[in-house]
Amino acid sequence: MRIDKDLVAASATPLVLGILARGDQHGYAILKRVGQLSGGRMAWTDGMLYPLLHRLEAAGHISARWDSTENGRRRKVYSITTSGRALLADRREQWAVVAEALRAVGQSQPGAPDFRLAATA
Amino acid sequence: MSPQTRRDPAPRPAEQLEALIGAWRRHALGQRGLTSDDVGELEDHLREQIADLRQTGLDQDEAFLVAIKRLGQLDAVSREFARQHSDRLWKQLVLPPAAAGERSRVRDMAGAVGFGAGAGLTVLVAWRLLRADEAAFALNLSFFVWPWLVGYFAWRRSLGWKTLASLAAVAAGGAVAVNLYPFAPGGSTLVLTALHLPLALWFLASVAYCGGWARLRSRLMDFVRFSGELVVYYLLIALGGGALTALAFAILSAVGARHDDLIGNVILPLGVPGALIVAAWLVEAKQRVIENIAPVLAKVFTPVTMVMLLAILPVILSSGDLARAGREQLILFDAVLILVAALLLYTVSARDPAAPPGPLDWLHLGLVGAAWSARTAVRPWWTSRSGPTTPRPSRATQTARATGTRPQGWWWTRWR
Repeated sequence: MRIDKDLVAASATPLVLGILARGDQHGYAILKRVGQLSGGRMAWTDGMLYPLLHRLEAAGHISARWDSTENGRRRKVYSITTSGRALLADRREQWAVVAEALRAVGQSQPGAPDFRLAATA
Repeated sequence: MSPQTRRDPAPRPAEQLEALIGAWRRHALGQRGLTSDDVGELEDHLREQIADLRQTGLDQDEAFLVAIKRLGQLDAVSREFARQHSDRLWKQLVLPPAAAGERSRVRDMAGAVGFGAGAGLTVLVAWRLLRADEAAFALNLSFFVWPWLVGYFAWRRSLGWKTLASLAAVAAGGAVAVNLYPFAPGGSTLVLTALHLPLALWFLASVAYCGGWARLRSRLMDFVRFSGELVVYYLLIALGGGALTALAFAILSAVGARHDDLIGNVILPLGVPGALIVAAWLVEAKQRVIENIAPVLAKVFTPVTMVMLLAILPVILSSGDLARAGREQLILFDAVLILVAALLLYTVSARDPAAPPGPLDWLHLGLVGAAWSARTAVRPWWTSRSGPTTPRPSRATQTARATGTRPQGWWWTRWR
């Protein structure tokens, strides 16, 4: 099963923030972690992660610094800020509401869950 | 045949991979919207992806192709980068696309040299005609250069005729006013006008640089940055040109050739205006180069300027007889304040707005503080000189500049 790309886009910010909340990471490690967490079912265009990271950085939700790897390459490492943690908590609540509504609608109309709700959420 | 020997033929695989990545990097650097830092970040990603893919058993070329494919279409990615960093968009508007290639680069260079030669020849002819009346020449000098500068911008930006006509009308109004005003011969009002006209016209040219009146507000900061970078290029050209001319003349004198006043009558009238337009072209054509030089220079000179200000401050305070200070000292002090303002404006305009506050920002705050204290210390000069007599242009400009430093202290932080 592949996840719809609107859903992927909507969940990208909380996913990235959630991964960074567990420790500083560089872009490639974030993508790898997303792949692990979703069992490879969330398909990202790798390059698109970076504009998202830069957007979050400009908004002050994450901060970046240049590190070097063991073989001397420059690497940009991101870490979450206080405002990023607040945003993450907020997004988690929103997703919980959406998930709860989906679950409830699945129970009241067995066999016909309206998943289009998720795309507009 | 063992599998060992079959895998061997690939000649030095590490170098091949480096060549592939190098080609990718050059292509990526040519994309609009990607800075070298962005490309560095993507390259790090690419290398890690390739390393991981090779562990799954893919060979080098396969791993490279898969990694590139996963990274996504480079133009789509760079468009996304550009949308995120809309403050960088001006470069895409200003710079010729890398793909346009050699022909447009040659055309741009020819254009800059052409407009520069036009400006130089105009000034040369004007100098020949007006040599007897130095005041008229000094007053009108900037009006001779300005049309070529604005023409160059208009050509690069494909400006409409309406914008050009409005600019020309403002400049022509200024030229008429300046030439009809009854200046006292050799008076300081004349000198002040001649000194400040280029500044006024330079800011008028900003309209052409920004591509029209409507874009002035959003791109004025780019013009400030452009001005700062132009100063750096201009000084470099002036240094190089000066050194070469000096060498040539040393040789000419050594062989006893006559060259009368070639420097003053030909080289300076041609070179000074011409270099301005060539420098304007260089700033945009070699943006990456100057973007690396100018901030470094600004970083070097910010602490140096602060030290200078702090060094002259006690001297001013302890000298005591401020009241006897002449106009020249005040004008010198004006120059220091203008330098500080220019340095601050440039560094702020070249600063990455996404970057968090760093030590350099504190240094700038210190510089503003130092300039402000120096200004406060010098204030008695102004009040004593511009006392209760009738206002005169010289006093008005001095006072305006002296008090100008303080507003700059707060408005530059609020500009962006």
